[in-house]
Amino acid sequence: MLRSSLRQVSAALKEGRVTPTELCQRCLALIKSTKFLNAYITVTEETALKQAEESEKRRKRGQPLGILDGIPIAVKDNFNTAGIETTCASNMLKGYISPYNATVVQKLLDQGAVLLGKTNLDEFAMGSGSTDGVFGPVRNPWSYSKQYKEKSVPKSHSEDEEYNWVITGGSSGGSAAAVSSFTCFAALGSDTGGSTRNPAAHCGVVGLKPTYGLISRHGLIPLVNSMDVPGILTRCVDDAAVLLGSLAGHDPKDSTTIQDDFKPFELPDLPDVSKLSIGIPKEYHAPGLSSEILSLWSKAADLFKNAGAKVVEVSLPHTRYSIVCYHVLCTAEVASNMARFDGLEYGHRSDVKDSTESMYAATRREGFNDVVRGRILSGNYFLLKQNYEKYFVKAQKVRRLIANDFGKVFGSGVDILLTPTTLSDAVPYTEFIQEDNRTRSAQDDILTQAANMAGLPAINVPTALSERGLPVGLQFIGRSFQEKQLLTVAKWFEKQVQFPVIQLEEAERHDNGVFQHQKSASFS
Amino acid sequence: MRVLSLGRWLRAGRVPPREPASRPSGHRHSGHRPQGPPQELPQGPSQVPPQKVSVEVLEHLEHLALVDFRDSEGVERLQKAIQFADQLHEVNTDGVEPMDSVLEDRCLYLREDDVTEGNCTKELLENARETVEEYFVAPPGNIPLVKLEGQKTFLQGSK
Repeated sequence: MLRSSLRQVSAALKEGRVTPTELCQRCLALIKSTKFLNAYITVTEETALKQAEESEKRRKRGQPLGILDGIPIAVKDNFNTAGIETTCASNMLKGYISPYNATVVQKLLDQGAVLLGKTNLDEFAMGSGSTDGVFGPVRNPWSYSKQYKEKSVPKSHSEDEEYNWVITGGSSGGSAAAVSSFTCFAALGSDTGGSTRNPAAHCGVVGLKPTYGLISRHGLIPLVNSMDVPGILTRCVDDAAVLLGSLAGHDPKDSTTIQDDFKPFELPDLPDVSKLSIGIPKEYHAPGLSSEILSLWSKAADLFKNAGAKVVEVSLPHTRYSIVCYHVLCTAEVASNMARFDGLEYGHRSDVKDSTESMYAATRREGFNDVVRGRILSGNYFLLKQNYEKYFVKAQKVRRLIANDFGKVFGSGVDILLTPTTLSDAVPYTEFIQEDNRTRSAQDDILTQAANMAGLPAINVPTALSERGLPVGLQFIGRSFQEKQLLTVAKWFEKQVQFPVIQLEEAERHDNGVFQHQKSASFS
Repeated sequence: MRVLSLGRWLRAGRVPPREPASRPSGHRHSGHRPQGPPQELPQGPSQVPPQKVSVEVLEHLEHLALVDFRDSEGVERLQKAIQFADQLHEVNTDGVEPMDSVLEDRCLYLREDDVTEGNCTKELLENARETVEEYFVAPPGNIPLVKLEGQKTFLQGSK
């Protein structure tokens, strides 16, 4: 039951084969037994059970609020949730109880979803490993999967699990791990430079980054206002479409959401890609791209070609500068956005009382970790009067060139771009922490963040297992506001590759195996 | 179907960027396979030796950001960040307008100036550590930031 998709379990709820309370209890029990993953910062057991009870009453009366009524979900801890601690995995907000719900959270609750808890992340969503939060790193559930254990060379029995565990990717690692380990049916993440798609690829789940302006950012603690979007993590593309349908649309509280009417859609059962043109951007063959992923990328291109789609090589010439551009714009916006944390109105406050400035400085020294402080200082440097034109405005110009690149390619008739999501499969934690956060982010975001630059929708679809038994995903980038087309292509691809289900002992113990995904020959 | 508008770019009379140095193309692609040697990436620090950031600027930054470098690692980090960002200068952006937002071709939504919510004083004050009646309490202002002894010597020492 826990391993089924959102739509399947929703049907089960409708038919009364399981009740919302049972479902909620099972998920909570699984969260307890997978505590070692460290995916959740806060588990809202009481409120979740209450919400499940309400949902049960509604369903008994035959008045469910919709397909999401009674479905357990998790939310990344940088979304405000009323009455629930929201920490952004930082000392600065430890103990901060939000007075309001983020719009996306409110929308989910209004449709009866059951909020299980807040998931772990990199501090303030800065990072690509979900390793830099104050609550510790998140462990990739695949580290404990049969598939990974079979492939790893056993050193000694106990050493194995403690030292070999791999990262989830970041920064929405907790959300990805929660969905991947079956503790919830969908989770919210955020995506600024790839923070939803990166962990989705490493954890073998679907990660959707919608077009900038489609989903409200009200209540999402901002990192980069011009690039942030709430991200959606689910176990299959159809589920992502369901979530998208519930979340998208204009929000008067977020004036950067577009005012066009959004019509929720259902994806065709038998998607057809033969009339499409798929672009393969050559610059995404980046240095460090593993040969495994390169070969999967090639095979995927062949799949489309054999289905009758037109597959062409395209060029996005400024790709190599997008990470530099992102570095400047991100740090500049971060410098501005983090200025609100001064200890006066909320969050951590230092005991220093000599002057306002010394209190602010001490609060910020105590509350932020090195990564955040480093970005604030870099950002302020780029925004200094003498550097403003040279760095910040220059980066904005390069951003236009990057957006232009995409515009040109889509304008020439290409419908969807197909690229890898990450350079390799998930690395072991011990290896990941050898390099500092900035270097890692620069390396890992390379394939994902140009889509944030241009505001385009993008999705990671789990494709196959690597030689080490870990998930690898491929990314599709679509035209602005063309999520339906993007998801249709993603669904077709998902059906073709038949990505295997994770074999996790804990999940199997908690499940009665009612709904099992068909496991067929995998795509590799 | 809405695509990124081209009009603005055409008006700006954009000059095509300088092409990256050509590489041997290897054998002919079949058109859809990602082949050929991997594209060059900005490897990290650019080739031009960077100017060291002066202590005055470092102190100024600490004051503006109200965040301290803490140790030489922090300064190193900034130095590396600047070197990394210097690669932007390789790109020719003559005639290109800066882009603030990807939604620049649309109008922001402006609602009517009516009070629709508020009256949440109590909730807002709950999150603050020090309050008196309906005020947030701050230490005295207009006092310039005094550096701790350790910080002063550290930055001066790195001159």
